[in-house]
Amino acid sequence: MKASAFDYVCAHSLEEAFGLMRRHGGEAKLLAGGQSLLPALNLRLSAPGILIDISRIEGLRGVAVSPAGLRIGALTRHVDLLESAEIRAHAPLIAQAMAHVAHPAIRSRGTIGGSLANADPAAELPACMLALQARMVVRSAAGERVIAARDFFTGLFETALAEDEILTEIQIDPQHPGDICGFQELARRSGDYAIVGLAAHGRQQGGVVSVLRLGFFSVGTRATLAEAAGACLVGAAISPETIAAAEAALAQDLEPHDDLQATAATRLSLARVLLRRVVGGMTQKVAA
Amino acid sequence: MNITLTLNGEQVSADVLPRTHLVDFLREQMGLTGSHLGCEHGVCGACTIRLDGAIVRGCLVLAVQADGGVVETIEGVSDSGEIADLQANFIARNALQCGFCTPGMLIAAQDLLRHGGVPSREEIREHLSGNYCRCTGYQAIVDAVETTAKQREAAR
Repeated sequence: MKASAFDYVCAHSLEEAFGLMRRHGGEAKLLAGGQSLLPALNLRLSAPGILIDISRIEGLRGVAVSPAGLRIGALTRHVDLLESAEIRAHAPLIAQAMAHVAHPAIRSRGTIGGSLANADPAAELPACMLALQARMVVRSAAGERVIAARDFFTGLFETALAEDEILTEIQIDPQHPGDICGFQELARRSGDYAIVGLAAHGRQQGGVVSVLRLGFFSVGTRATLAEAAGACLVGAAISPETIAAAEAALAQDLEPHDDLQATAATRLSLARVLLRRVVGGMTQKVAA
Repeated sequence: MNITLTLNGEQVSADVLPRTHLVDFLREQMGLTGSHLGCEHGVCGACTIRLDGAIVRGCLVLAVQADGGVVETIEGVSDSGEIADLQANFIARNALQCGFCTPGMLIAAQDLLRHGGVPSREEIREHLSGNYCRCTGYQAIVDAVETTAKQREAAR
C-alpha cells in the first residue's frame, strides 16, 4: 500500500528539531532510519501530518569508549553496531544480538535510537538494554535527563519519552571480569521478528553466578526482565536443578500473548527452551 | 519538494511528494522499472537498491531522504558490467524462473560478493535471507552466487 499524504521537514540540529516538535505537536513523527516507521506509514497504521527527519543531525552517530563505559549515539545504525570492534569488546551482547536484527538492507538504515524509541515488543534491542541496565539519555529544549532502561519501556510501543523529547544517547557500564552474556531467538526465517527471544547478561565468579538479568522479548506487550527466574540462578552453581527451577519460575515473570505465530502456551514453553540453552551456553563458556 | 541526486552516475533533479518512496520515484518518475515492488513494507526484498554504497529497501526510504545521495539500481549495475558474471551464472544455473525477485536478489548478492573472498553457502543464505524467491527454492541462486565468488577469487 501507499502511505497517506504528509509533510516532510529535515532538521539539521537538535534545537531546530525541538522547535519543529513544539510547532507541530502530536501531528509530527520523528524520522530516523525509518525502518519501522516506513512500513507503518505504507500500511497506514500510522498517518502523521508531518515527518521531522532527524537523521542528518550531526554528532548523534557513533560509538565512544571511556572509563565510564560505552556511549552510543542514537543515530548509530545497526550495521555500525554489527561491525564495531568497540561493541564486540565492550558490549558483546549487542554484537550477538545485531546479527538477528532484520537483514543487511534494513540494518544499513535502521538506528538504535529509532528501535528503542519505537519499543516494539518483538525487537531485540530493548531486551538487550534491560539485560545490560543501559541508561537512555533524552533531551528536550528544557535540557537533558537520564532514564534507566527498566523505566524507559512502559508498554506496547510506549516509552517514557515525552512529546517534546528526543532520545540522543545510550550509555552502558564498563564490562567487568567474569561478565557473561548470551543471546538466542527463535524465528521462522533468519532476520524475521522472533517468536520468542532472550538477551541475557550477568557475572560469574568462581563457578557461581553472582548477577543474572534475563531480558525476554516477543513475549507479551514489552521486553521483560524475568526476575524470579533470574533469582533461581544467582548465588549457586548452575545445575540441572537450578535451571529447572528457573524454568518453572518463568510462569511468574512472563505474560505471553497469542498471535498468528504461536499461542501463549507455546511461547512460555519456548521461553523455557531458550532459558535452558542460553544460560547453559553462557555459564559453560566461562567454566571451559 | 525538489530533490537532486546521482542516479546511476547521472545527476537528476525532480519534484517529489514527501510520501513518495524511492522505488515509486524510480519507477513512475524516472522510468526505471527494474526495481520491483512486492510487499511494500520491507519483507520481500524485491525493491533492493543501493543508496550511498549500501543496499537498502527502496520501499522503506522516501525519495526526499535520498536528496544529495547516490542511488544505483539494477539498470545501473547491469549497464556498467559490474555484475555481468553474476548475471551469466544466474542464467547458467537456472537461478530464476519468473524473474520478479531477480533484480533485488542480484543487488543483495553483489553486496556480499563485493566484500571479496568466497563466502560459505551458509553465509550466502544468511545474506540473502531478506530476499524472497517463490520459484527456485534458492538452491540454484546459492549455486550461482557461490560460483561467481569462486570465479572472482580465481581471477584475482
